[in-house]
Formats: sequence, C-alpha cells, structure tokens
Amino acid sequence: MSASESLSRTTANAMQPRGLSSRRNQDRLMKALAYLIASFVALAFVFPLYWMVTTSLKTDVEIFKVPPTLFPLDPQWQNYPASTQYIPFWQYMFNTLVICALTIIGTVISCSLIAYGFARVRWPGRNAVFIVYLSTIMLPAQVTMIPLYIVFRQMGWVGTMWPLVVPAFFGNALYVFLLRQFFMTIPNELTDAARIDGANELGIFWRIMLPLLKPALATVALFTFVATYRDFLGPLIYLTEQNQWTISLGLKMFQNMYGAQWQLMMAAATLTMIPTMILFFLTQRTFIEGIALTGIKG
Amino acid sequence: MAVATKPSSGRWSASKTRSLLTGLAFISPAIIGFIAFAAWPIVQSLYYSFTDYNIFQPPYFIGLENYQDLINDRVYRIALVNTFYMVFIGLPIHLVFNFFMALLLATQIRGLSIYRTIFYLPSITPVVASTIVWLWLFNGQYGILNEIIGWFGIQPIGWLTDPRFTKPSLIFMGMWFGGNTILIYLAGLRDVPVSLLEAAELDGANALRKTWHVTLPMISPVIFYTLIINVIGYFQYFTEAWVLTATRDGSAGGPLNSMLFYAMYLYQSAFQLFKMGYASAQAWVLFAIVLIATGLLFRFSGWVYYRSEE
Repeated sequence: MSASESLSRTTANAMQPRGLSSRRNQDRLMKALAYLIASFVALAFVFPLYWMVTTSLKTDVEIFKVPPTLFPLDPQWQNYPASTQYIPFWQYMFNTLVICALTIIGTVISCSLIAYGFARVRWPGRNAVFIVYLSTIMLPAQVTMIPLYIVFRQMGWVGTMWPLVVPAFFGNALYVFLLRQFFMTIPNELTDAARIDGANELGIFWRIMLPLLKPALATVALFTFVATYRDFLGPLIYLTEQNQWTISLGLKMFQNMYGAQWQLMMAAATLTMIPTMILFFLTQRTFIEGIALTGIKG
Repeated sequence: MAVATKPSSGRWSASKTRSLLTGLAFISPAIIGFIAFAAWPIVQSLYYSFTDYNIFQPPYFIGLENYQDLINDRVYRIALVNTFYMVFIGLPIHLVFNFFMALLLATQIRGLSIYRTIFYLPSITPVVASTIVWLWLFNGQYGILNEIIGWFGIQPIGWLTDPRFTKPSLIFMGMWFGGNTILIYLAGLRDVPVSLLEAAELDGANALRKTWHVTLPMISPVIFYTLIINVIGYFQYFTEAWVLTATRDGSAGGPLNSMLFYAMYLYQSAFQLFKMGYASAQAWVLFAIVLIATGLLFRFSGWVYYRSEE
C-alpha cells in the first residue's frame, strides 16, 4: 500500500497535463511494441527446433551446402530409421522409460506420505523438522556425489540403474513442499469426521486424501518424468555399461563417435524430444499450474 | 498450524506421543532419505577431503594437503573463475531477460498460450538433445548462426572455438533455456492485484513507473526465489558445457579451458582420475561458496517485500 501512496505523491503533479487520449495512444503503442518483441523472440526460440528438423531431412551433402538451404530440397525421411540404427535408439529409449517409471512411482509414493506427515498430522517439533528437511533443496549435488558413489560401488550397484532409482523412494524435498501446500488447502472437517468415525490415519490418507490429491500428484509425476528424462550427470556417473545407457547418454556418445553425421544426429535429437513434447501438449495445464505453484509459494 | 500444539504444550499426554509416532511414521522415508542421501554423505565427504583416496586402496589421511593443492592448481582456478563468470554475468543477464519477457507476456497480449508453449518447450526437451542442436547452430563453417550474422555484414565468429567468445556463446544459448523462469515470473505477475495497478494509473503513473513502484515490489519474493534457486544451479553448471566440449577421450572444457566449469573439473577429478579426496575437497569448497552466497542473498534481502498475511 505504501508503494502506491508514495507513488501518487510523486507522480500526480508531473503527469497532470497529459490528456486521456494521449494515454490511450501510448498504451496502444506499448502493446504493439510488446507484440513485436514477443513475436521476434518467439521466432528466435522456434528457430533452433526448426533448424534441427530441417537438417534432419537433408542429405549428407546438402547439410554442408554454403549458403545453407532453408528448406530440404528433397526430404530424406529415411534419415529417421537410419538414426535409430546408428545408435540402439529403441534400447536406450526403453532403458530411459524404465528409469523414469520407477522414479515416478518412488517419488509419488514417498512424497505423498511424507507431505501428509508434515501437513495433516500434528506432532511436536514438526515445523522445525520441516525447515531442516526443506533446506536440502539448496544442497549442491556435488557435496554428496562422491560418498554416495563409493557406497553404491561397494554395494555392486555401479553399472546398474539402482543408484538413479532407489533414492526416489525416500522423498524429494521440493515435491514434498509442493504436496504439503496442497494438503493444507483441504479443510479439516473432512478428516475430522472420518476420525470420529474411527478411521486411523493411514485409512484417512488412503481413502480421503489420496483421491483429492490426484491433480497435485499428476504435477509431481510430470515434473519427475521431465527431470529424469533430461538427467545427464546421474546416468553419466552410474550407467557404465553401454547396454544400460539412457537416451541422453547415448546421444552424447553418438555425437562423439559420428560427429559429422549432422543429419542423423538431428534426426535422433528430434526423436528424443518428441515424447516430452507430446506429453506437454497433452498436459499443458498441469505443467503451467505446477510452475506457478513452485514459484509463487516459494 | 504451529498454534495447534500450544494448548497442551505444558504436559506430555499419551495422545501427543501417539501423534508424534504417527507423524514420524509418515515422514520416515524422509528421515531415512535425509540421513542416507544428505547428512551422512556431507560428513563423509568432509572426511574424504582430508584424505588421499583412489577408491582402490583405503583412504589415507593427509590433513589439509588437498586444500593446499587446490590453491596451487591452475586449472582449478580457471574452472572457478569461469563458474563465477556464469554466476555474475550469465545469471543476471538471464534473469533480466526472463523478467522482461514475462512483462511482455503479461500485457494481456493475444495468443498467450502459444507464446507460453514456445518459450517453455526448450525447458522440457532433453538438455543433451537441444545442446547438440546448438552445437550445429554454432558450427564455425556450416553453422546457420554465422550465416545469419553474415547477412548483416558481420564476420564469422568462432562461437565455440575462440576463447573470447565461448562463454558469451554459452550465455546466449542459455537464454533459450530460460522458459521455466519466464513462466514463474508470469505467474507472479498475474498475482499482482489489479486494484493496485489501477490506483497507480489513476494517480497518473506511466507503464515504467507502474512496473518500478508497484509490480517489482509485489513480485520481489518471486524474484528472490528464482535468484536463490538459480545461483545454486549456476554454481553447478555442467551438462550444456559438457555436451558442447567433451571429446571421445573424455577431455572437456573447450579451447584454453574457457568452458571448463567447477562441476566439470570436479567430475573429472572424481570419476576419470579417481582422485576422490581431491574431488571431495573441491565439493566442500563449492559447498562453502554456495552457503556464503545464499547467506549473503538472505542477509541483503531487505528489498524483498512480503505482503502481510490476510
């Protein structure tokens, strides 16, 4: 409030002579400018993706043409099947999806339980414990990376996907935070009634809370999928056997081995992006609401 | 919520014990996870940082030697400076750009969902795939970027080969990955009460003043949040630079190590050279830097304006 008050004092006099119509013109100009800049930047944002697809459809001669052709002269659709043979694309895609699925299951189960414990059960010391737990969001991965690697190595898990998947079953502070926010919006009357009827906490969690939590869980599942699908450092450290590589790891190795085959690399990159893009178009609203939730409530 | 425990705080009742046990049972995965994947590894890596450890032989205590080596390690210093470059130059550029784009989108332009999709897509496509696309765009000989600047009469640039341009190239590329932050700002902007903006308008404030005196204070908590999260993230900058520069033999960092960043050097020390003690010392220095940086941000967060709870 004080901001607008001081504002009125400082600006009211200075702005008086201006008429309403000049203000409206100014607004229109601003809006036109906003359109212009936003469209230009949007074009620039789309361009790399356009160039990726265009390149993926060129021949290995056409990609090196100077000046480059903006549109493939004769679209080479067979680049796509070819790119999936250069690297065992489907094998890597399968590996990636298995890791994603297990990580999502672990995250959703553990985070909803933990969030319930922090939001709906009243116990002494709860808020202090929550703040300590939340602070782990700020912990750089590098600090824990080496001891964890050494332990996983002693367990014989290096070269398997377990170091990537198992931690997901023990919660993720960011998603716990997100679900806790959601739990707190559910009125107490709902659970109190069930408690009077003699339901225990686990029953309340399972039968009353979980169904209400579905939209929030969908957000967590989506974010977990995208984060796991995009992860590179984790697989780089732990997936030492080539037949276990994820698609991100495979793409990088592919680039190292067949550096100049740009049309095939662009085809593989396109194929890699397609699943996340489809997912986004199907679930746009969940994504957007989830982002708003992480940002504002933070 | 905190108030709820007050009335019975004097006595410890059986029901309180029961609720404590129930609560702990629900958060037990978090307790195990916190100990196993945070608390214990932090302490353990501190111990390793005082040892010479190649994982094939047991760790050997050498005191502060790793830390002394860091001071004299020229390559380490390059990685440190490069990382600070990204935090102090790249990060502000990115946040200002993202905020500016969010402001544009918040002017209620039509087709918002299309713009939103376009800006957000690079944030969800796999980093490796998109960075490989950029590798092709940046290509010195056949890359389209040099072609485009050529239309304006600019000489070709060695985006990834000229050490003077490599980090600016990374920052340029990074703007493309900022959609997530744009959407966070956009959500924050839509939360600014219209009544406040209208009041300012009635008082004769123009768009710039409205932004500066009303919008900015109102969304300063969101800006602070993105600042904290991104500072921590930029100190760990890894994948993009790794994909752009790593070669088949495992070396990475680009020309004159101009794209060698802290997390890359740490990765190489630990997982290519198996200098676990040395890498742990690096991890702890990073930890200290991040703690100091976030501490300073919180210390000087007087500009953040928190709306009082209703």
